[in-house]
Amino acid sequence: MKMHMVAALNQALDQAMAKDKSVLVMGEDVGVDGGVFRVTEGLYQKYPGRSIDTPLAESAIVGVAVGLALNGMKPICEIQFSGFTYQAFGQIKQHLARFRQRSDGCMTLPMIVRAPCAGGIRALEHHSESPEAFYVHCQGLKVVMPSGPYDAKGLLLASIEDPDPVMFFEPKSIYRAFKEEVPEDYYTIPLGKANLVREGSKLTIVTWGAMLRLVQQTLEANPMDADVIDMRTLAPLDMETVLTSIKKTGRAIVVSEETRAGSMAGDIAARIQEDAIMHLDAPVIRVTSFDIPFPQFALEKYHLPNVKRVQAAIAKVMSY
Amino acid sequence: MVLIRKVIKTFGVEYLQILDEEGTIDESLRPDLTEDRIKEIYHLMVLARMFDEKLFKLQRMGKIGTYAPIKGQEAAQIGTAFAISKDDWTVPTFREFGVYLARGADRVKLVQVWNGDTRAFHGDAKNLPVAIPVGSQALHGVGIAWASKMRGENKVALTYFGDGATSEGDVLEAFNFAGAFGIPVIFVCQDNQWAISTPRKVQTAAETIAQKAIAFGFKGLQVDGNDVLAVYAATKEAVERARKGEPTLLELLTYRMSDHTTSDDASKYRTEADVHAWDSKDPVLRLEKFFRKQGWWTDDYGAWVRSECEKEINDAVEKGLAIPPPPPEDMFSHIFAEMIPDHKRQLEELKAELGDAQ
Ligand SMILES: Cc1ncc(C[n+]2csc(CCOP(=O)(O)OP(=O)(O)O)c2C)c(N)n1
Ligand SMILES: [Mg+2]
Repeated sequence: MKMHMVAALNQALDQAMAKDKSVLVMGEDVGVDGGVFRVTEGLYQKYPGRSIDTPLAESAIVGVAVGLALNGMKPICEIQFSGFTYQAFGQIKQHLARFRQRSDGCMTLPMIVRAPCAGGIRALEHHSESPEAFYVHCQGLKVVMPSGPYDAKGLLLASIEDPDPVMFFEPKSIYRAFKEEVPEDYYTIPLGKANLVREGSKLTIVTWGAMLRLVQQTLEANPMDADVIDMRTLAPLDMETVLTSIKKTGRAIVVSEETRAGSMAGDIAARIQEDAIMHLDAPVIRVTSFDIPFPQFALEKYHLPNVKRVQAAIAKVMSY
Repeated sequence: MVLIRKVIKTFGVEYLQILDEEGTIDESLRPDLTEDRIKEIYHLMVLARMFDEKLFKLQRMGKIGTYAPIKGQEAAQIGTAFAISKDDWTVPTFREFGVYLARGADRVKLVQVWNGDTRAFHGDAKNLPVAIPVGSQALHGVGIAWASKMRGENKVALTYFGDGATSEGDVLEAFNFAGAFGIPVIFVCQDNQWAISTPRKVQTAAETIAQKAIAFGFKGLQVDGNDVLAVYAATKEAVERARKGEPTLLELLTYRMSDHTTSDDASKYRTEADVHAWDSKDPVLRLEKFFRKQGWWTDDYGAWVRSECEKEINDAVEKGLAIPPPPPEDMFSHIFAEMIPDHKRQLEELKAELGDAQ
């Protein structure tokens, strides 16, 4: 069936809850309201007691979920916006990421923190950030970001099956922007494996999340013989797929919605030059937002990567 | 014999109402306000009601950004802000449009801000800008009030948050600092019964929010938040305590009559009947009933207030919406005192990108 990302995520949660009684959903407004973006719609009615409206306290949501996970439950926490995961940052960094190490593998946290992320919907302050690099930098967390409905369902189900904690970021600008064919059946897409979305021979474009769509739009406007790689998972990072492509094309850009300094875009570019410098015909260019706190929404269109910015980067690496 | 099990302390929570739902005043509690001052309050409440409706509509027409309506909370916002002086501080959330009005904020700039242009917050030094992370600003209120005490200024900080916010660690930590250091802060909790779709009873098993103050060693009281005279009186008393170094928590019982924001649909989680149950407690109507009982009301007066407010609003909206959006380079202008080299470089990148587009 064709559906948008919200419906695909909802179906994944539904199937996971049907399959495993220990799976529960918890967060602000996830129950009766079905979530502010409606991702948990209907679960409250279908699984009594397992779609839980919590008090308004992100640190408590994650910290209590750690305890639930330690004692046999599989909590899927929803933080209403990724900009409010910082309220839970202590719990995430100090505990979620470390229990396995601290207990020498005896205590594990098979749980998820889901949050809508990134910009593009003219939202208020703190509602538009791309925090994936923070969580990669925590070490001990898997960090996932789907780029469309099909991937969203498969990656979420894989995250729920995963024995380790997963930060699952959902780019809200593509929640309902387009539909894709999504199989009714339960399926998973492996974490830590990038997706070669499109094959070419002259350039490698690495991207993830909502930026995949931007890359596709750019290539539609300006056809280009390029490999397009959707990372899908930022930790662990599938550099093998990226390097295989680079060895073929010799040129690469990384397109990400993050701010530039300290970004995953920078990390991927560094890995490429470390491991494939001899195959490169041009420096790797990062296409990102600027190094400022996300601006007031009146200016977000100038901040976020756009077709022009991607095109300029392509022109630069191709003419090098 | 020595008793080893005994009650060592009992506590109570005070509730204050001065105007009942019929607008009848308890004369023994009447605050020291002249007819003119009360009429000023009424005027501001009508302005808040009408401005709020206007902004809600403008958002629906796509003319301004996401808006958090204050309908039903006019008494709580105007009554508190009216009770402090110009040199005191306000530390608002995202739902304090009425507070800005009562503080005399430039109306045109308010429209500009809610249109996503934060340049307009410049220069409004004692009214903090909107704080979106729920509860986080409670700590700032404590710090501001503490600094005032340290500097011997003895100003208070009216620090606002909602019922939902009282579940956040930041708010409870703010209470604790305020009590521990004797800080002249006034915590204003607008208990409007909802945090988006989450009802008040889901937030806490505590019967009142006011009682949370007791645990931190200072006074908390519950006030009819739709009774502007009670709100005003309670705030005045809190200001007196604050000037002596005692914090107060005011729980203002009120109701969010509208959606959470313009992106919310409250019919998903509450019924019309839930909302209508609060119609008879309406803060603006209540004051009108009081005016009638005092012999202060004429229909001409009511119509005059409305038409004055309408003029003020139309003027502000017209001017506010006409302000061109900030230039793109503004993004880099206020990150550091001096623009850092990377920002200069990125600004050049942006200019090249925009130049190309022309
Ligand atoms: C830390 C944080 N978490 C979540 C949100 C999303 N959010 C915005 S308002 C709100 C509910 C706030 O309820 P309350 O404190 O009662 O204030 P009210 O909206 O009723 O004025 C939520 C959950 C946020 N802005 N900040
Ligand atoms: Mg509330």
